[in-house]
Amino acid sequence: MDDLYREVIIEHYKNPSYRGKLDPHDISFADNNPLCGDHIQIDLRISADGVVSEARFDGHGCAISQASADLLMESIIGKPLEEVKKLNKESILEMLGIDLGPVRLKCALLSLKVLKAGVYGLGEAGDELVE
Amino acid sequence: MSLNLKEIRKDFPILDRETRPGVRVTYLDSTATSQKPVQVIDAMNDYYRHSNANIHRGVHTLAEEATSMYEGAREKIAKFVNASSAREIIYTRNTTESINLVAYSWARANLKPGDLIVLTEMEHHSNLVPWHMLQAERSIELDFIPVTEEGLLDLEVYQSLLSRRPKLISFTHMSNVLGTINPAAEIIRHAHEAGAVVLVDGAQSVPHLSVDVQALDADFYAFSAHKMCGPTGIGVLYGKSALLEAMPPFLGGGDMIKEVKLRSFRPNSLPHKFEAGTPAIAEAIGFGAAVDYLSTLGMDEIAAHEHAITEYALERLEEIPGVKLFGPSADKKGGVAAFTLEGIHPHDVAQILDRDGIAVRAGHHCAQPLHEKFGIPATSRASFYLYTTKEEVDLLVNGLYKVKEMFG
Repeated sequence: MDDLYREVIIEHYKNPSYRGKLDPHDISFADNNPLCGDHIQIDLRISADGVVSEARFDGHGCAISQASADLLMESIIGKPLEEVKKLNKESILEMLGIDLGPVRLKCALLSLKVLKAGVYGLGEAGDELVE
Repeated sequence: MSLNLKEIRKDFPILDRETRPGVRVTYLDSTATSQKPVQVIDAMNDYYRHSNANIHRGVHTLAEEATSMYEGAREKIAKFVNASSAREIIYTRNTTESINLVAYSWARANLKPGDLIVLTEMEHHSNLVPWHMLQAERSIELDFIPVTEEGLLDLEVYQSLLSRRPKLISFTHMSNVLGTINPAAEIIRHAHEAGAVVLVDGAQSVPHLSVDVQALDADFYAFSAHKMCGPTGIGVLYGKSALLEAMPPFLGGGDMIKEVKLRSFRPNSLPHKFEAGTPAIAEAIGFGAAVDYLSTLGMDEIAAHEHAITEYALERLEEIPGVKLFGPSADKKGGVAAFTLEGIHPHDVAQILDRDGIAVRAGHHCAQPLHEKFGIPATSRASFYLYTTKEEVDLLVNGLYKVKEMFG
């Protein structure tokens, strides 16, 4: 079987646990991957002590981008925002457990870019957020 | 005479390489860039090994040789598209730069606020963004010939757009996604009747069809070497000499001048007026070799081969449950098959095919508005050229069944 399409990735793609929207929410942000038009929106609820209490993603894209968004939501629930801000490229690759070339890396990192742009209150999800 | 694929494929050593042990590459991405035959690679190598020097002005032997090779290639290209003179062949970096040249030089000199430019919904970003940029600067208007569900231009709407007296019509001769071959001669004739100037994006047509710029009566015609067996980094803007002569220069610098004083300059004559700085000399020579290669095979033979492959590919792809093809039937299009596979993202399709050495492209292929029109973010695209075989199409079809199984 293909390393890139490990069962865990196909599984999270087909049956995501955290797909959806939150209403009300404290943070909501969406952006596209300009290369392929993938789109991801992330909604968060933040508790009074600055911890992510709920997280959902929505949008469309390839198995890598959607699975990584689902895994990312799973990993940040219960974490303080300060810790979420520290997530980077390596955190995502570790979660996925695969190695990615430069093109597919952008698919994998889209959700993290959107998440961090939302957390920092930025207008755009730039590459520098995940370096 | 039909093409001898066995012999032709020997000219493209890359087609024999393996992408992983035991897996030979199946290259179905020629619409993005074609592979290069040894004849082109050798021509460029020979230039660097034997004749490398800067062109024009030099009087030594090497400079003379380099200049005549560089200008010789221009003559060949002029003949290939039947320009009336090599003066009408401006070397650029690629089709994109050719379109930008028209947008910066001709359009900025000739258009004023409120003037209308007509484009189409099937344009590549290279024939959209230069006009968006001009619009931001000049307040010109843009309108678009719509694309029908079948993937053809709606020529009735075109007629009504012409009644608004556009100054420029700029359209693709062949869509890089749908493969649609547009009725260029007809579009140009109507544009001229309405008094408009016409620019044709020929990036996909010149590699695959016999193109005659005079018969088409195109005012400007843009194309790239790398999609037609030539190297990257060189393209052409063909323009009617009367138009080119009346245009201001584009980039300033060496080679594009007749005379320079401290506070002024006089531009050079055509085609050099638009070629500032040391150009891509080896690439121009490679372009000339590519044109020789295509001419030897014969453009009509190439088109016939691609038509047969495309017909076969569309037929086979249609058999696969869940495959949706975009664009018209084989008789109205070139060697491109853009499709979606139900429930599976094109990136995943392309990635899994790559495991079997099959190279297709996934994404919006620099035609985002067209994909929006069809309500999809992306497609997978297989494209064919003079070296593509039916066996390769079969490999693609088998690969797609594997993809389906994996996501099943």
